[in-house]
Amino acid sequence: MANETHAVDAAAAVAGHAAEAAEKGGMPQLDFSTFPNQIFWLTVTLVVIYWLLTRIALPRIASVLADRQGTISGDLAAAEEYKLKAKDAEAAYAKALSDARAQAQKIIAETRSEIQKELDAATAKADAEIAERLAQSEESIAEIRAGALEAVQSVAAETAAEIVVALGGKADKAALSTAVDARVKG
Amino acid sequence: MAEEAGTGLVFHPMEPFKIHSLFGGEVHWYTPTNATLWMFIGILAISLLFIVGTRGRAIVPSRVQSVAELAYGFVHKMVEDVAGKDGLKYFPYIFTLFLFIVFANFLGLIPMAFTPTSHIAVTGLMAMAVFISVTVLGFMKNGAGFLGLFWVSSAPLALRPLLAVIEVISYFVRPVSHSIRLAGNMMAGHAVMEVFAAFAPLILFSAIGIAVTPLSVLAIVAMYALEMLVAFVQAYVFTILTCVYLKDALHPGH
Repeated sequence: MANETHAVDAAAAVAGHAAEAAEKGGMPQLDFSTFPNQIFWLTVTLVVIYWLLTRIALPRIASVLADRQGTISGDLAAAEEYKLKAKDAEAAYAKALSDARAQAQKIIAETRSEIQKELDAATAKADAEIAERLAQSEESIAEIRAGALEAVQSVAAETAAEIVVALGGKADKAALSTAVDARVKG
Repeated sequence: MAEEAGTGLVFHPMEPFKIHSLFGGEVHWYTPTNATLWMFIGILAISLLFIVGTRGRAIVPSRVQSVAELAYGFVHKMVEDVAGKDGLKYFPYIFTLFLFIVFANFLGLIPMAFTPTSHIAVTGLMAMAVFISVTVLGFMKNGAGFLGLFWVSSAPLALRPLLAVIEVISYFVRPVSHSIRLAGNMMAGHAVMEVFAAFAPLILFSAIGIAVTPLSVLAIVAMYALEMLVAFVQAYVFTILTCVYLKDALHPGH
């Protein structure tokens, strides 16, 4: 050990370290007797750290990061899909709305034309009835008028016969009625 | 020990960097030391964060799991951005280095703790490991084409030999700067805090302490905050340089 220390001192002196005079032993960094020890334990430490990282830590972190990336992109894709679905649903809704509106218009038009038809039919029926009644009334008026004319003729013929008799004439029935007819018709 | 006469102040800024056996006796290559202890505490902390913390495998992560995922994503993206898609094959190695350094740096900030990354033996081994594997990889992937790294084809022909010499030198200096940058930063910050800490009890010995003690306490707080930043930045720098070297090995064209 003593020899080693001397060797170290010599080496440090060769290195020309100024502080050595002040500090006994000089810089511990230049104490070459500790180098094998440090190199050995550093190698052990680095191998252990490397082993722990490559066996456990790095695969784990890499897989977590990959999973997270997958989850995020999966979620984004799902969101995109939902967005498309929402758009589709909106389009479907708008279509249904316009369909319903068209249907309603159609129903309104149909109903209106039906009512119109019924109304027309009813009007036509009523018109026909009115016409029929009018015809009937005219017929009966004509009858009444014919009846009245007949009555007038007979009354006039009778009256004329009475007048002819009263005047002392002889009432020729046929001549009388011809004359009255001619007169009444005027 | 350097003692200031009359004040009783004790300066030993190199004390926290000393390596000693945990159970007494000499330090052989297999002896468990304080370095061993703090490396193993680092393993424990990494296991807590990356194994216990992620055991839920939750799609929506817990707080600890999201920290683990954040660290994973941070280094993974760094490797991919700097070294390219084919560099991702070496991501576990780079992540191992990053986690060891960042945990050693931060655990070393605990008072009385030992910082393995403040030792050139530790950072040197890591830098040499990176240097050798990257060089071997470069020749394996590109054969002699890897030497194109030193032949700056965009420069004027006359300058190229000179540039090649410079490139070769800078290539071989890489592991030196790579390791000393980390160890130096760790050591310097901790040593400065030690010095300030040594000034802190001055109020017990001298009237000047009324001014010096609060200042040194403030300085320790400020240094501590700076060291938190340095702890992360140095781990980041070491890792991103590893990625850059890896990129050079995989795609040696300039």
